[in-house]
Amino acid sequence: MIAARRCWMGVLAKARPERLAECVARLGEEPAIHWLRPPEVGAVMVRGRMGGTGAPFNLGEMTVTRCALRLPDGTVGHGHVQGRDRRHARQAALVDALMQGARAPEVEATVIAPLAEEAAAARRLRAEKAAATKVEFFTMVRGED
Amino acid sequence: MYVAVKGGARAIENAHAWLAEERRGDPGVAELSVAQIRGQLTLAVDRVMAEGSLYDPDLAALAIKQARGDLIEAIFLIRAYRTTLPRLGATLPVDTGAMACDRRISATFKDLPGGQVLGPTFDYTHRLLDFKLAAEAAQPEAERAAPDLRPKPRVTEFLNQEGLIQDEAKAEDAPPDLTRAPLEFPACRALRQQALTRGDEGFVLGMAYSTQRGYGRNHAFVGELRIGTCSVEMEIPELGFAVEIGEVEVTECETVNQFAGSKTEPAQFTRGYGLVFGHGERKAISMALVDRALRWRELGEDDTGAPAQDEEFVLQHADNIQATGFLEHIKLPHYVDFQSEIELVRKLRAAAGEAPDD
Repeated sequence: MIAARRCWMGVLAKARPERLAECVARLGEEPAIHWLRPPEVGAVMVRGRMGGTGAPFNLGEMTVTRCALRLPDGTVGHGHVQGRDRRHARQAALVDALMQGARAPEVEATVIAPLAEEAAAARRLRAEKAAATKVEFFTMVRGED
Repeated sequence: MYVAVKGGARAIENAHAWLAEERRGDPGVAELSVAQIRGQLTLAVDRVMAEGSLYDPDLAALAIKQARGDLIEAIFLIRAYRTTLPRLGATLPVDTGAMACDRRISATFKDLPGGQVLGPTFDYTHRLLDFKLAAEAAQPEAERAAPDLRPKPRVTEFLNQEGLIQDEAKAEDAPPDLTRAPLEFPACRALRQQALTRGDEGFVLGMAYSTQRGYGRNHAFVGELRIGTCSVEMEIPELGFAVEIGEVEVTECETVNQFAGSKTEPAQFTRGYGLVFGHGERKAISMALVDRALRWRELGEDDTGAPAQDEEFVLQHADNIQATGFLEHIKLPHYVDFQSEIELVRKLRAAAGEAPDD
C-alpha cells in the first residue's frame, strides 16, 4: 500500500497542474471536502550530497504547496507539490484520498495512468534527444606500411 | 548630531513610474511575457534560481522581467521573496546517481559506460553570431535516437573500486544552514558548499581560475559533468514515509585532483565537488575547483596564502546580494557623514595654513 501510494503521490506532484485538473474533471462531480490543512505555500530546503554520495549539504530551497483534506467517508488525502499552485495541491490531495477508497480503479484509469504515461513519454523524448548527441568515437589508424 | 531630512517622495514616485515605462520599452514592440522568459532565456532563469537559492522558474522569470534583465537585481528580488515563505522542512538528499541526464561527459575516460552524451551544449559551436536568429520564425527540431534510460554510473566509482581516489564518507547528519545561523569560521565543508552553490558565478569563476593560474593549484580534471533532472523526495511526518514532491534540474561536476600520499598511505587522487540548480556548468566546475582548494587543511596540504585557500575571504565575498547591498548603499545619502569630513579637512587645511610655507 505504501509503495503504491508513494508512486501515485509522485505522479500527482510532478503532473502539470492544468493536465491534472483536466483529468480530475473527467471524474465527474467532486465529493465534498473538509480541510484539515488548507493549501499553504512554503519552501523546503533541498539537499545534495558532497561528492554525490557523501554527507549532505544544503543546496537551496524550492517552493512547495501542501494541504490535507478529508472526504465525507473519513478518508484523508495529502497533497505536497512543487510550486505555488494551491489548486494543484488541492487536486493532488483529493485524488490521493479517492485512490484509497472504492473508486480507486476508476481514478487510477482516469487520472494516474494517463499522467504517468505522459511523464514517461516526456522523459523518453528527452532521453531520445540526449541519445542522438552521444559521441561515437572513430579510431584513426596510422598506417606504418 | 543626527539630522533627519524629509522630502523626495514625489521625486521617488516619479522615478519609479519612469522606471516602469523604461522597463516596458517601445510600446510598438510586443511585450515580453514571463512564459517567454521562462521558456527562452532558460540559462538566465537558472542562474537566478541558483544564486537566489530558490528553485521556482516562474518566479525567477518574473524577477528577470521586473529587473529589466539585471540578474543580480533579479536574484535580490528572489532572496527577498524567499524570506516571506515559511520553511516546511528539508528534503532527502537528491540522488544525482539516478539523474535523467540530458548531458554527461567525462574528460578523464573516453569510453565510459553510458558514454559521452553532449546534450544541448554551446561547446564546439564557432561562437559566430547567427544572423538567422534575428530573422525569427525558425522552428528547429532536435534529432532523436534510441534512448538509454538506465542511470549512468559515476566515474569516481570506477576509480573508487580500485582505491585510486579518496573515498567520500557517507553520513546522514543534518547539515548546518547558513540562512539560519551566521557563518562562523572555520566553516565545515557542508557550509562552504552551501555558500559556493548560491555564490556569485563571476566571483566563484574568478576564484577557480586563480587556482588554475597557480594560486593554490590543485590540478583538476573534470572526471564527470552531468546535467539533468533529479527527483526530490521529502519525509512527510503525517504519513510516516517519504514521497516525491517534484523534480529539479541540476548540474553536477566531480573533479579528480592531484594525488596525495605518504610513506604510510598509498597515492590516491583527491576530489572536488560542485552541484548547482539548473543548467550551469561553468558554475558547477568553478564550485568544484574552489571546493577542492578550500580542503587544503583536511588533506594535509600547505597553506600557500592563495586567496582560494582562504575560506573566510572566499565565503565572505561570494554572495552577490551581500556584496551589492553594501557596495550600493554608499550611493545613498551620506550628507551628515560627509559634512563632518568636510569640516575636518577645512580644519586641517586651516591649521596647515598657519604653518610657514616651504
